[in-house]
Amino acid sequence: MLDETDRAIINGAQGGFPVCERPYAELAARLGLDEAELLERLQRLLDDGVLDRFGPLYRAEAMGGTVTLAAMAVPAERFDEVARFVNGYPEVAHNYRRDHDLNMWFVVASDRPRRVKQVLAAIEAATGLKVYNMPRRREFHLGLRLEA
Amino acid sequence: MDLALPRLSPDTEPLDERDRALVRAVQGGLPLVPRPYAAVAAAAGMSEAEVISRLRRLAERGVIRRLGVVVRHRELGYTANAMVVWDVPDDRVAKLGRCLAAYPFVTLCYRRPRRPPAWPYNLFCMIHGRSREGVLAQVDQLVRECGLDALPRAVLFSRRRFKQRGAWYGGDARDAG
Repeated sequence: MLDETDRAIINGAQGGFPVCERPYAELAARLGLDEAELLERLQRLLDDGVLDRFGPLYRAEAMGGTVTLAAMAVPAERFDEVARFVNGYPEVAHNYRRDHDLNMWFVVASDRPRRVKQVLAAIEAATGLKVYNMPRRREFHLGLRLEA
Repeated sequence: MDLALPRLSPDTEPLDERDRALVRAVQGGLPLVPRPYAAVAAAAGMSEAEVISRLRRLAERGVIRRLGVVVRHRELGYTANAMVVWDVPDDRVAKLGRCLAAYPFVTLCYRRPRRPPAWPYNLFCMIHGRSREGVLAQVDQLVRECGLDALPRAVLFSRRRFKQRGAWYGGDARDAG
């Protein structure tokens, strides 16, 4: 179970982590904790699976790369096999099964400009299923912030 | 908030090799030690000072869009994850996108291309909630308050998460991280 301090860490440390020699000490001071307690709690939240990691979220376009959302209509009996194949690409993140004819939705990102299209083409070729490529045209909101 | 996407242009320089090494070294997470950048420096073959100055530069350039805790939302109790999509006339997308994005429970909002006939929708948003009923009530609120009632829409709840990791950046030297 999360206590108030855990929630304060999760809500207060989603961005703005300092880049300096003792960043956890600085973050701890901001949260009214000491460095050792912050490190211990972060480790526990990681061990418990509440946190996926403590680290960066990148923007592929700023590296000269691309990111896209792709969807496929996968027959139910092939779903697990296709999911394993798609997820085998390190460029694939956030693969979800959703309630729709297009039932597999995943994000593909790379810092290399042509790589995303190569991955999508390889998935189509290997599975024989059409991959719908739906890159962002415009962004109305940034960041995913969830309150704990 | 209504930001144009950065485009590949002369000021979007590709990463140099040392930046790529650093991107690889930190993408799996920073070490939980008092001087994490010194630990990263040892792994990436550079000094702590170089790690700090390169990370600052990567943040300024927008390569790092945020640095901090990356939560697993299901484990936080956000078990109802819906992608909510609309087919909006092109000349109304900007106004409606801004309207949706203003609600705190809308965590992402994008315009994307339609792919007819399989996919007629061009405005996408994400809602993460603690129950399906709660999310559907929020969708009703958006429809009412943004004036979307006449527009075709679909609500796609996720049934299963297969993978929730950041994508892998910086090339193939996966062991370097």
